[in-house]
Amino acid sequence: MTMLDIFPNWLLAHGPAFLMALPLLLAAITAILPNEKIAWFSSFAVTLICTVTAFALALNNIQNGVSVYPLGGWDPPHGIALVIDALNAPILVLIAFMAVITIIYALPATIAEVEPKKRAPFYAAFLLCMAGLLGMVVTGDAFNVFVFLEVSSIATYTLVAMGASRDRRALRAAYNYLILGSIGATFFVIGIGFLYMETGTLNMAGMARILHDLEGGSRVAKVAFGFIIVGLGLKLAMFPLHMWLPGAYAYSPTPVTTFLSSTATKAALYLLLRFIFFVFDPDFEYVASVLTYVLVTLGVVGMLFASMQAIFQIDARRMLAFSSIAQVGYMLLGIGIATTASVAAGYLHLINHAIIKGGLFLALGAMWYRFGITRISDFKGMAKMMPWTMGAFTISGFSLIGVPFTAGFVSKYQLATAAAGAGWWWAVGVIVVTSILAIFYIGQALLLAYFQDPPKIEGRTVAKNEAPLAMLVPMWMLVFASIVIGMRGGVIVDASWRAAIFLLGGGQ
Amino acid sequence: MSVFMMQSTTLFSQFNYIAVIILMMVGLYVVFASRNLIKKLVGLSVFQTSVFLLYITISKVSGGQPPILVEDHVSSDEALAAAATQAASIEAAHGGAHHVVYSNPLPHVLILTAIVVGVATLAIGLSLVVRIREAYGCIEEDRIEGFDFDYTLEGISK
Amino acid sequence: MRDPHILLRVVSKFLIPLIALFAFYVQFHGDYGPGGGFQAGVILAASVILYGLVFGIAATKTAFPPSWIRIGMTLGVLLYGGTGVLSFLLGGEFLNYSVFSHNPSHGQHYGILAVELGVLCTVASVMVAIFYAFGSRQPGVPNIENANEDG
Repeated sequence: MTMLDIFPNWLLAHGPAFLMALPLLLAAITAILPNEKIAWFSSFAVTLICTVTAFALALNNIQNGVSVYPLGGWDPPHGIALVIDALNAPILVLIAFMAVITIIYALPATIAEVEPKKRAPFYAAFLLCMAGLLGMVVTGDAFNVFVFLEVSSIATYTLVAMGASRDRRALRAAYNYLILGSIGATFFVIGIGFLYMETGTLNMAGMARILHDLEGGSRVAKVAFGFIIVGLGLKLAMFPLHMWLPGAYAYSPTPVTTFLSSTATKAALYLLLRFIFFVFDPDFEYVASVLTYVLVTLGVVGMLFASMQAIFQIDARRMLAFSSIAQVGYMLLGIGIATTASVAAGYLHLINHAIIKGGLFLALGAMWYRFGITRISDFKGMAKMMPWTMGAFTISGFSLIGVPFTAGFVSKYQLATAAAGAGWWWAVGVIVVTSILAIFYIGQALLLAYFQDPPKIEGRTVAKNEAPLAMLVPMWMLVFASIVIGMRGGVIVDASWRAAIFLLGGGQ
Repeated sequence: MSVFMMQSTTLFSQFNYIAVIILMMVGLYVVFASRNLIKKLVGLSVFQTSVFLLYITISKVSGGQPPILVEDHVSSDEALAAAATQAASIEAAHGGAHHVVYSNPLPHVLILTAIVVGVATLAIGLSLVVRIREAYGCIEEDRIEGFDFDYTLEGISK
Repeated sequence: MRDPHILLRVVSKFLIPLIALFAFYVQFHGDYGPGGGFQAGVILAASVILYGLVFGIAATKTAFPPSWIRIGMTLGVLLYGGTGVLSFLLGGEFLNYSVFSHNPSHGQHYGILAVELGVLCTVASVMVAIFYAFGSRQPGVPNIENANEDG
């Protein structure tokens, strides 16, 4: 009797299609629902079902290995296949789980941040975004990846723009995101076109096999690789291509920021892993040189540069956004070193960072909800005004810095050992330096919150006003996840190793 | 002379690709160089259209017919299999009884999807521009940045 | 005073049914020939949009109320997805049309017809919805450049 027996067979057999189709269909229904409460409830149910399904599929993957679901009964070389393997199963669980967290949080947050008329469409767009993200992770067809990438992106543009009722800069942020996101997606689809020219198939496993037989392929494959890296780099906010990210994170409604920071860039990073290590192969000479000279360089420069910029931000959400760019640098460093240990560390950091940054953004959103706070200088006395929210912010902040017994420490330590194991001692130095920079930018908020008195308004000190339970519960769920991974991260660390071994073979 | 001739013939035989590259560059340049929000979207559309052309170019098999099965005596099962597989053209050319070469239909289908995606992006982009104009009263990026400049610095002045 | 657009009105009244008819022609040849829901949906929407351009958006909205259009968008997606769910309930994979009939080839035929109908519904509704969204926007915002030049 294992945990897998709880789930019925049909769920395991048809789960991949559910993950993609259920949110899509419910998004369509939600779009015409008149009542936001019903819309909320249906989205909550869908995200919950998707989480259970993703969890069941991940367990099934651990026990029974890779499963392929031919959509419409057409077998892979001709039809679109949905594939569940060690690389995408944990990401699916992550996306669905973060969607549940965000939806719970959205119940009070949308009332504060979104116009009444737009609340039901908000949930519809949210489900659409989730369907796109799940679809692009679950599919095994390269062009289908593009379609779902755009489904999620287009939904995201509207979601970001919904922040306009709070701050009109959201409109410009959404516009910039749209321009850069579309350019990224178009670069990606050009790359897919060249790959199709080279291999004659769109199935990613088939592409991998043919490229392997061609020993890397001709110049067309190289060009394809370049386009795909740039396209995905735009989507995942690789350092010089990150210009859309701070605006989109700072001005969109809090649930959207949380969901974006913890899933959208992560799904793009997953695609990067998928293309570099699965479709292409780090043994090809051009892939290896891009990994070592481009990804590592950009990752490291991004880590240092974005951490510096985070220190000088006024807006707290912009600070966290720049910190996100820095954290993407860690993951790129892990990918670029390209040993099994480093890829596992990068993958682990991907999951951990989603949880940590989710918690931080939720805490900031709660502060805005109660006191309208967006600037770091407003943190004064926050520990007395909102002790639980500030507690969640503090623990997640420590986790971001990499204090022992938190999730951030586990992945940063693993990344540092992996870098040292590959002989990259200077990379260890960079990891330490950027962690110290993280102490500065998180620390300035914490110092104000704990060692300053709450501000006085008309002579009276601002009273304690804790966030509602619907905000505290998801926030602390993420905090607990972060601590549990830090104390005994067995399952997630195993998952990251399984993903890395799936990509690179046993090795070190 | 002969080298030039050869180069020019290869150049002309690949004029589709040249058109694609020119359109791509024009589109990208307009997106980055123009400061008007609508013009940027126009550039984006040109850029995306160049990709449609690229895919259509890939699908052309020289001497190929449109990929439509017209023979009635092909049983519908076979027709189904052949029409739906991307290898239809190759099968028909090499193994099929009629020796008809078909163009590859798959990229056309892909591009149909990509066109829809492009239309959706353009619609969202234009509606964002409408909203931006309602919020700021203009669609020139430099001016909008100017409006937001004081707003962004409010934290320092206090 | 005579209507300055009388020619336009007469010709478009004559043309609009033909355009709609052509849309359905494209739609129902989309199973084994060139055509299909996307093209047909856009052509159908074009007929509505032509009506809107000639007779005004208010008249169009009474003929095709925006609430119908919104339901049409959802209905199309549900028709598409419902076909998939039905094929799943009948024991096939998601969107495997072969299970709809004893003869898999006929099943494929029914399946693609249902799916294309869904696509037609959604595409036509979305195009009209986009037209409504932009067309019914009131130009209430003064242009800031002109305002500066005047003052």
